[in-house]
Amino acid sequence: MTMIFGVPLPALMGQLLIGLINGSFYALLSLGLAVIFGLLRVINFAHGAFYMLGAFAAWMLLAYAGIGYWGALILAPLIVGIVGMAIERLMLRRLYGLDHLYGLLFTFGLALLLEGTFRHFFGTSGQPYTAPEALRGATNLGFMVLPNYRGWVVVASLVICLGTWAVIEKTSIGAYLRAATENATLVQAFGVNVPVLLTVTYGFGCALAGIAGVLAAPVFQVSPLMGSNLIIIVFAVVVIGGMGSILGAIVTGYMLGIIEGLCKVFYPEAANIVVFVIMAIVLLLRPAGLFGKET
Amino acid sequence: MPSRRSPRSGFILLALVVAALLVAPMWVYPIFMMKLLCFALFAAAFNLLLGYTGLLSFGHAAFFGGAAYVTAHAMKVWQVTPEVAILAGVGAAIVLGLIIGAIAIRRQGIYFAMITLALAQMFYFFCLQVPFTNGEDGIQGFSRGKLFGLIDLNDTMNLYYFIAVMTVLSLMLIWRIVHSPFGQILKAIRENEPRTISLGYSVQRYKLAAFVMSAGLAGLAGSLKALLFQFATLTDVAWNMSGEVILMALLGGIGTMAGPVVGAGILVGLQNFFATSGFPVTIVLGATFMICVLLFRRGVVGEVRHWLDNRKA
Repeated sequence: MTMIFGVPLPALMGQLLIGLINGSFYALLSLGLAVIFGLLRVINFAHGAFYMLGAFAAWMLLAYAGIGYWGALILAPLIVGIVGMAIERLMLRRLYGLDHLYGLLFTFGLALLLEGTFRHFFGTSGQPYTAPEALRGATNLGFMVLPNYRGWVVVASLVICLGTWAVIEKTSIGAYLRAATENATLVQAFGVNVPVLLTVTYGFGCALAGIAGVLAAPVFQVSPLMGSNLIIIVFAVVVIGGMGSILGAIVTGYMLGIIEGLCKVFYPEAANIVVFVIMAIVLLLRPAGLFGKET
Repeated sequence: MPSRRSPRSGFILLALVVAALLVAPMWVYPIFMMKLLCFALFAAAFNLLLGYTGLLSFGHAAFFGGAAYVTAHAMKVWQVTPEVAILAGVGAAIVLGLIIGAIAIRRQGIYFAMITLALAQMFYFFCLQVPFTNGEDGIQGFSRGKLFGLIDLNDTMNLYYFIAVMTVLSLMLIWRIVHSPFGQILKAIRENEPRTISLGYSVQRYKLAAFVMSAGLAGLAGSLKALLFQFATLTDVAWNMSGEVILMALLGGIGTMAGPVVGAGILVGLQNFFATSGFPVTIVLGATFMICVLLFRRGVVGEVRHWLDNRKA
C-alpha cells in the first residue's frame, strides 16, 4: 500500500475528500454571507438556520409531498429564499439605519427561533435522507474509490460558486449590486430600485444557504442542529477571507475545508480548532483578511 | 455626559438594594435568588464592555465558563478554600481575556463580535478535549468548603449572603470604573473612536483594559455560579451562553447600571418559568431577542428612563 508521511494513501485521500466536501459547504455559506454583507451590511447569523431550513425543506418535500431530490434542489432554495425575502421586508428592513450590531443581534434571535422551533417538532436525532438513484454507488478512480454523490456535491458547489461570482463580477445586475454597495443613494438616483435590490439580495443569499442545505441532506443527517455549529466556522472563514471579498469567501472556504481534512489525518486532536487557530494567525498578520482591503 | 443622578440618590438606591437583598430570602427561593445574582453580575460585566465601551463581545461564555471550570477543579482536585478557588477562577478569566482581547481588538464592530465568537468557540473545543474538564460530564461533586476556614458555605444562607456581598461589591466596582476618568475615556471611544485617537489616547490599550476587566468580572460570576451549583460543564462555555448574556443586557438596557440586573432577572425568571412548561426555552429566547431589537432597543430600564425624561420635559 502506498504511504505518504506514514499515512496510507486511501486514508489520506478519504480525508481530503471529506475536507473538500466540508469546504464546499463552507464556500457556499460564506459566499451567501459575503453577498448579504456586501450590500446590506448585515452579518446574517441566521445563515446556519437557513442552511438547516434548506435541508428540512428537502426532507419535508419528500416526506409530505413525494417530491424527490431533483425537485427539492430547485424548490427548497426557492422556499428558503422567499422566507428570507419576507423576513427582510417585514423586519430586517427596520434596522438599516442603526448600528450594524443590531442586524447581527436580530438574526441571532431569528436563528434561535428557527432552531428551537424545528427542535421542538423534530427532536435532535436527525432524519435520514437518501441520495437520488442516479448518484448512488461509487466510482473507482484507481487511487481511491469516490462515492458518486460526494463527487456531485463538489462539482455542484463549484459551479454555483463560480456562477455567482460571474454574475456579480461580469453582468449588469452584478454591476448595480456592486455600485449599490459603494453608494446606494447614487444608484437610487440612477433609477435603480434599491429597496427591491436589497430584498432580492437577501433572498438570494439565503437561497444559497438553502441549496447548501439540500446538497448536505444526503451527506449528513437532516437535524435542527446542523446549522448552528457550522455557522461559527463559516464566520471564521469569512474573517480569514476578508469580509468584503466574494472570491475570498470561495477560495478560503475550500482551502480551510481541505486544511481541516488534512489535520484530521496528521493531528486529529487539533482538527476542531485548526480553523480558529488560522483565523487568529491571519488576524495578527493581516487584520483585514487574506483577500480583504485595509479600511 | 455627566451623571444624571446625584451621589445622594445613588446612596439611597444602594441602601434600597442592600435592604431588598437582606429580606429577599424570606419570600424568594434562595437558590433562585443566588442564580439571579450570578447572572446579574455576569450581565453587568458584559455591559461594561458593550454599554460603556461599545464593544460587542460574542465570546463572554469563555470567561464565565472557563472560570467556573478552574474554580470547580481547584475545589475538587486541589482541595483549596473557596476564596482561593474563586481567585484562581478570576485569574484564569483575566489571562484568557488578555489573550482573546489582544487578538480581537485588532478589528472593530461586527468583526470584533465574530472574532470573539470564533475564539470562544475554540476555547469550547479546547474544554471539550482536555482531560481536566471531564468532557461531556463536567466537574461535579465537591464540597463548597469553608470561607477563610471559618464560614461554612454549605449552609444556604451563608452562601446567599456571600454571593450577595460579592455581587454588590462588584457592581459598585463597575459603577466606580464607569464614573472614573478611565470610564469617561471608554465612553469617548464608544461615541467616536477616531476623535479619541486624535485626542491622544492610545485607544487600543484602553479597549484591552476594559476587555480584561470585563472578562475578570465575568469570571467572578462564573466562579460564584460553579460554587453555587457545585458543578461546571460545557453549557457554561457554549456560545448559547454568550448569546444569553447579550440578551440580558439588551433586555434590561444597554449602557445603564440597573439594566443588566433587571435583564438578568427577567431572563432567569423566564427560563425558570418555561423550564417546567414544556415549551422550548430557545424559542422564547429567540423571539424575545427579535422583539427587543425591533421594538425596544433601549431595554426595560432604558425605556422607563426615556419615559421619565419625556415627562419631565
